[in-house]
Amino acid sequence: MFAGIAILLACQAVGQWLAAALHIAVPGPVLGMALLAAVLAVARRIPAGLAQVADGLLKAMPLFFIPAGVGVLVLSDTLRDAWLPITVALLVSTLLAIMATALVMRMALRMVARRSKDAQ
Amino acid sequence: MTALWSTPLPGLLVTVLAYLLFGHLQGKLDGHALANPVAWSIVALVAFVKLTGVTYATYFSSAHFLHFLLGPATVALAIPLARELPRLRVLALPITAGLVAGNLTAILSAIFLGKVLGANAAVTLSLAPKSVTTPIAMGISDKIGGAPSLTAVFVIATGVIGAMLGPLVLTRMRALDPAVRGTAMGVGCHGLGTARIYQESSEAGAFSGLAMGLSGLLTSLFLPFLVRLLGLR
Repeated sequence: MFAGIAILLACQAVGQWLAAALHIAVPGPVLGMALLAAVLAVARRIPAGLAQVADGLLKAMPLFFIPAGVGVLVLSDTLRDAWLPITVALLVSTLLAIMATALVMRMALRMVARRSKDAQ
Repeated sequence: MTALWSTPLPGLLVTVLAYLLFGHLQGKLDGHALANPVAWSIVALVAFVKLTGVTYATYFSSAHFLHFLLGPATVALAIPLARELPRLRVLALPITAGLVAGNLTAILSAIFLGKVLGANAAVTLSLAPKSVTTPIAMGISDKIGGAPSLTAVFVIATGVIGAMLGPLVLTRMRALDPAVRGTAMGVGCHGLGTARIYQESSEAGAFSGLAMGLSGLLTSLFLPFLVRLLGLR
């Protein structure tokens, strides 16, 4: 289990170092995720201790967003002035983005399935 | 009281307690999506911080360990992702198509709605990158002339809205494939959406984590170009 914790932290550190060294806007943890996924794909196995730590962290992940979320209260003045456009834009745009992704991906999935059926 | 607040104890305790309480409440309400524990914990803690007169900076530094764990948790998304690799190869094209469509929709609809509803330019530009993960969104916002701190709040709000309503909308449109649900949540509402959809299945969580990373990349490439194209800058 401790090896699992060390692996996750090490990948995050390497990701952060890479992001800084290459001057890219992608956050270190996201690069760390890509790096670890690549290593695991090459290794073709996932250590049990790592899987256990990862599962625990991912189950608790919603909790980790709360401290940053409470930051809404700092901006209450701007939010009071333009609350209507902000609320409507956030609500509608977020749901539209989710729907558009699902719709187009489903259409592409059907196309791919049809093509592989034709090829048979 | 002040001495206590300079340690992680009160921040961690009130945050975990709020999450436990609202998680329990959601369970009592048969897991109703609008009873989302993250959203209600934020509301309750905002009230708590205001009422007790503790500043946000004090609360945040006390609860900082939880915020820090976002990093390793994001890296941990590599594990479900590695498990889905065989399926990922087959789905590369549909995922790419969904990503491009979703990113463009997120950006353009936010800009359009902000403009039409009379938000000023700074607010509109701060809204534009709202669907990608916080550090990327703040970086983009700064680059295109928005306000990064405003964007940070919009990103979290987007995550809460998506986590609450996204799964409902997806079910309503009969998008039941975990790969589609995950990708849509990762594109539309980043890490909070990923955390939410991981509760449904680790398979959906894997696709969501991937989509979150890729859409961060895509939006940071698209958005400055789109802003110039639309003559917003």
